[in-house]
Order: sequence, then C-alpha cells, then structure tokens
Amino acid sequence: MKQFRKHGMWVTAASSAVLLVAACAPGGGDDSGDGGGGEGNGTQGASDIQTDPSQLGDVTLTVWDQEVRGGQAEQIKTLNAAFEKAYPNITIDRVSRSTEDLRTTLRLALSGEDAPDVVQANNGRPEMGQYVGSDLLVPLDDYAEAYGWTDRFPESVRALASYSEDGAVFGEGQLYGLPQMGEIVGLYYSKSKLDQLGIEPPETTEDLEAALAAATDAGETPIQFGNSEPWAGIHEFGFVQNQFVDAETIRDLGFGRPGSSWTSDGNVQAAETMVSWVDQGYFTDGFNGIDYNTAWQDFAQGNGVFFVGGTWLVADLMEAMGDDVGFVLTPAGASGKHLVTGGTSIPWSIPANSDAQDAAAAYIDFITNADAMTTVAETGNLPVVDAGQQEATGLQADVFEAWATAGEEDLLVPYLDYATETFYDTLTAAVQNLLSGQSSPQAFLDTLETEYTAATGS
Amino acid sequence: MTPGNDDARSRQVRPGRSMPARVWSGVGRATKEPDRARTASIGAASRAHRGRPGEPRRVAYLYILPATAVFVLFVLFPLVRSGWFSLYDWDGLGTGVWAGLANYEAVFTEPGLRGAFLHALVLIVFYAVIPVALGLLLAATMTRARMSGLGFFRVVLFLPQVIPMVVVAVAWRQIYEPQGPLNDTLRAVGLDSLARPWLGDYTAALPSVGLVGTWIGTGLCLILFLAGMAKIPRELYEAARLDGAGRLREFFAITLPSVRGELSVALTLTVIAALKTFDLVYVMTSGGPGNQTTVPSYEVYNNAFLIGRVGTAAALALVLTAVVFLVTLVINRIGEKADE
Repeated sequence: MKQFRKHGMWVTAASSAVLLVAACAPGGGDDSGDGGGGEGNGTQGASDIQTDPSQLGDVTLTVWDQEVRGGQAEQIKTLNAAFEKAYPNITIDRVSRSTEDLRTTLRLALSGEDAPDVVQANNGRPEMGQYVGSDLLVPLDDYAEAYGWTDRFPESVRALASYSEDGAVFGEGQLYGLPQMGEIVGLYYSKSKLDQLGIEPPETTEDLEAALAAATDAGETPIQFGNSEPWAGIHEFGFVQNQFVDAETIRDLGFGRPGSSWTSDGNVQAAETMVSWVDQGYFTDGFNGIDYNTAWQDFAQGNGVFFVGGTWLVADLMEAMGDDVGFVLTPAGASGKHLVTGGTSIPWSIPANSDAQDAAAAYIDFITNADAMTTVAETGNLPVVDAGQQEATGLQADVFEAWATAGEEDLLVPYLDYATETFYDTLTAAVQNLLSGQSSPQAFLDTLETEYTAATGS
Repeated sequence: MTPGNDDARSRQVRPGRSMPARVWSGVGRATKEPDRARTASIGAASRAHRGRPGEPRRVAYLYILPATAVFVLFVLFPLVRSGWFSLYDWDGLGTGVWAGLANYEAVFTEPGLRGAFLHALVLIVFYAVIPVALGLLLAATMTRARMSGLGFFRVVLFLPQVIPMVVVAVAWRQIYEPQGPLNDTLRAVGLDSLARPWLGDYTAALPSVGLVGTWIGTGLCLILFLAGMAKIPRELYEAARLDGAGRLREFFAITLPSVRGELSVALTLTVIAALKTFDLVYVMTSGGPGNQTTVPSYEVYNNAFLIGRVGTAAALALVLTAVVFLVTLVINRIGEKADE
C-alpha cells in the first residue's frame, strides 16, 4: 500500500505538471523569466543616471558582439582595452560570435534571467522589433538625454534603431540602440577600366547605362554580381530602385509604414530596367550561381567595371586594389537625387534583464564618442558620425565623403527587407525569380505588394 | 517494429528455408533477452501483488533509470515541448497566443512549406533510390567478378561518408560554380550548351544538390550490400548455374533475396538522410534560387531562428518526424512482407 500511495503521488505530480504546461502559453508566466522587467528599469529619469563609470563600483560587464572581421574586430579590441584602462573597476567579459550565430543565440539569451549587459541587436523587425515588442530591451531615451546622444546622432541614424513601445512601428518612437559605423550600398568602380573606356564615374542613370553599354561593347563584365546568397539581390534591386522611386515611397516600403505602393510607376520602371539590364548582359553571367565573396573578389582581381556593394568591403577592396578603386553614391535618376540604400552597423543595445544597465550605457557612450570614432576610422571602418573630421585617403576618402553627403542631403533610404518580419524571405526569392525570368516585373511587384499591404493594412 | 513478432516469425521461418535463417537468427537472439526480462518483471509484479516486499521491483526501476532519464530529458521532454509550442503562435520571446491547429494547417497549405516537402520527395530519389540501385549493381559486380583491387575501390567509394557534410557542400559548391571545374570540363569537351550556373539554375539546382546526396549515399549502400553478399554460399550460385540460370536470373533469384535485410537497412538510412537534409542546402543554396531547393529541415531552422515563427517551426518539425517515422515503418513492413 505504501508503494501504491507513492506511485499515486507521482501520477498526481506528473498530471499537474501537464496541466500547468497546458495552462500557460510559451513565454508567459514563470516560464521564461521576467520578460516585462524592462519598463520599470528604463524609466528611471535622466537625473538618476550615474554617468561616471568610476563611481559604479566593481562591475563585470558582459558584452555580446559580432565584430569578428578584420577592422571591426580591431576597433572593438582597441576600444575595450581603452575602456578597461580608463575604468579599472569595470571588467569586460567579451563574447564574440559571427553575425548569424549571434542572431540565433540572442533570442534565448535576452529572455533568460542571466542576460548579457550589452548586445548587438540587428535593426530589423525580426530582431530588434521583436525584442522591443517583448520588452527585452531597455529604451535608451533617458540615457540619450544624460549623455547628449540626441544632439550627437542625427535623426536618420536614430530612426534606424527606434521603435514604438510595442515594437509595431519602426523608424520612430523610443531609441533602443546606438551604432558605431555607417553603412551605405554604393557603386564601386575600377578606375583603370573607366579610363580605358574613356568615361567618368556615372553621375546619372543615363551616364550609368551608357557606361554599361560601353563596357559590354569592350568585352568587359559591366557589373560584377553574385546572388547565390540572395541578400545581395536586395542591394542590387535597391540600387536600381533608388534611381526611379522617390525617397518617401522607399522609406514607407522599407520601414513597413502604410501609405505607399510597390506597384507605383517608379517601381515598375525599376523592375523593368533591372530585367533589361539582365537581358543586355550587364551582370555577370550566371549570377544566381555565384556567391557574394566570389563576386567582389573577382572585381578586386580586375574582372568587371562596377560592383554594387556596401561600405563593409572598403578595407578588403583597398587592400586588394589600392588606388585603382573608387566609390560613388547611386547615380541620380528621375528624382535628381543620389538616393542610397544604407543604414548603420548593428546597434548596441541594453537587455532589460541586464543587472548593470548604467555601466552598459557608459560603455555604449564610450565606444561611440568622438575618440572612438577616430579609432573606428583608423581601423578602416566608416564612423557613423564625425566622418568628415577623420583623415582618410583614396577609397576611404571617397566613402567618407559619400556618407557625409548622404547625411547632409538626407539621401539615406532603408534596406527593403526591414518591412516585415518575413520580408527578407519574400524579397530575396522574388528578386531571384525576377532576374532569372521566372516572374514578370508585374508579378514580382504584386508579390511584394501583397505582403506589404497585408502587414500595413493599407 | 514489434520485436515479439519478428521473433515468432523467425522461429516459424527457420525450419523451412535455409538461407534467411542466418539473417533472422541474429534478430531472434537479440529479442530473446528482453523477453526473458519481461518474464522476470511479470514475476516480480505478481510477487508484489502477493504482498511480498517490492524490493526486486524497485531495483529494476533503478536499472532502467539512467537510460530512462536520458531518454526523457533529451527525447521525450523536447518532443512534448515541441508539440506544445506547435499549438501556439509564438515568436520565441514574448507570450505565445493559442493558435490551435493553425500551424499544422500552414504546413500543409502554405506553398513555401508544402514545397519544401515536395523537394524532400525529389531528394529521396537521389539520396535513396539511385544509391541503392547503384550499390546493388556495383556490389553484385564486385562480388561475382573477383576483381583485383577490390579493397581500394571499396575505400574510395566509401570515402564520401567519412568527410564532414559541410566540407562536402563547400567542395561541391565550387565544382558547380559558373566558372567551376564541372562547366570547364563540359566546355572542354564541346558541350557548351550544357554548361550553366548549376546551383543558380531553376531546373538544375535541386537535382544538383540531390546528386551530391547520391555521391555520398552510394558508398554506404555498397558496403552494406557487399557485406550481405559475402555471406551468400557459393554453392547456391553453382546450383543455379547447373539449373541453367543466367547472370540476371542469379541476381534476382539469389543475390537480391539474400540481401533483403541489408536492403531495408540501406533504404531506411538513406531515406531518413534525404528527409532530414539540412547542411547541403544551407551551405550550397540557402534554399534558392527562388525557393527551388528549400527542404523541411531548412524551413524549421529558418522559421524558428531567423523569422521568429517558433510555433510553425515546431509544427513543421513534428510533421517531419511523423513522416520519417511512417516511412521507416513502411520500409520495414515491406522488408518483412517480402519474407513471407
């Protein structure tokens, strides 16, 4: 009998566990820690914030970053060492992972009790947007006031890390992160090839098309392009779209705000133009089977006149091509403006479950202040602010100038895959379909319009 | 897969047929042990009912505790939890919203997810059907031909099994590149019209991925069948020869029935490999071009970790598990049926 009773207890325990499980939704209740703790911590008011890190006592700051490549790794190592030297009471426990690895592990880390103190959370909706919606990141507005970030970082940069409190609206609302670097997708060109063809770097769409035709006639590959890792297609399409569509429309579409349409005349022209470029052989032969690295490395080795690429390639291309490579903003199309797709590097944010938020904010301030920007520039990166004040030569000077112009003339438009949580998948597949003739420009735009309207309700 | 059944059947079969007896006797021996254990535990249970102290019973639980604990912790618990997640609309962060069976509905109705299963079916041809056929052919030739250098060929054909999948994928990605060795070869022999960006081509991409699976799977099948065929007594072939059987007749009357066990093992392993393909697709195509090479496992990863649809991912994973389970069941049933 004694045994039976014991058995009975087990059954009761097991069945009540099952009931417990069935009763609460995943992530709700006690299951994943106090996900809602963020709001209380974030609203302490600017005056209560301790902005002098040396007054914070002994702190171990756990930092999760993805600055693992070349100049990016170099700048963060330098800055971490400087921070620890300046504030010996703070120890940095750095955990660095590749972008992809960080992305997949961050979800669990943020919702856990023992969250890191500083993390790099990608701007887009599937990441920062979802974290904000689940109250897993601290709004930084009070810190921004205390440290003067609002004056230091222009609206266009802050918008890229701003969300409404429920994470539904992107591009405005509260600030949730600060980036170190700027990022634009412009046009790299080979100086020697352009000289041979006797043309100048293209200023307008007409110039560009003339250059592409000339390059084809001369037997050169006009634009190096590799799209087997399909995100490259987003940049390539954005590059063409920027020449035909106005900034406001692109921003609405990119941020997933209601009020614009994928099927506008400009978008139709953009899609048709891109298809005609494919038909005329302006892109590398077989681009859907070439990966991104192969493409830019081919360009670096002197194959191809142009390459549409991001500023993250500056250090690599300078090393490979020296003075032979230049960089310009997107040629101006109908709007007369050199609109350029871009944004910032992955912003640094503070998890709501961090137990050292003041120290975390001090760290973020330290790695984005004026001295830090000099370090960022010296290690071959594009500093998000103060780019004009850095010393630079060659390609880096071109890029700094382009970034400064983009900022002054309000030319920056967001990456198109920011629009909805699944837009990356939709857009990458759609661009591949468009460029390989599997779908018509109209069908391509309809696919995008369907998802855009479903998400924005417009 | 009921061990008791196999056991009974093997006893039944043994007297009548000399050949399969060896194949089945192994199974028979293995299943006898649990039988004895079962008898013992029934004995213990009846003793406990008679009111004797339940010590033997407790000790028995202790014996199975480690295995049970590992099983529950790493298999049963995750499985139940996945089942639970699959009923919610959850991004993996906030609080989930009850979704009922909507996620399962999505698995069968969303073109992207349904397409992934269709691609997996195509991959079964390349991963399972072709390697098994090739393996049978090669093994039959190798055993009967008494060729020299057999060991060398065995090693070479088995080698792909030893190389990590990611390395295989990276190597093949380079082979398939527009300016890669495959196209260079085609152009060198004048087949320019066949050269294409293999992994970027809408019709060629999925078969290209599949062929890598064939390349990997053939060696495994070959080794399995070689082992099976090595056990066939030469006398059987002699007898068949005397009866006037040709090579083909020999193969279907003696070789094939003799390796039925190996055949079902080979099919099970390769079909599962086809259904759970992830690494090749992840490294070689990321599901592209368009959605031509998406597979269920890749979609599970994509939904759970990249776009935050944990519920859908869990439902998809469970459906995939069920499909794998069913297919395995069917293959084993066929293996048994053929025996009757």
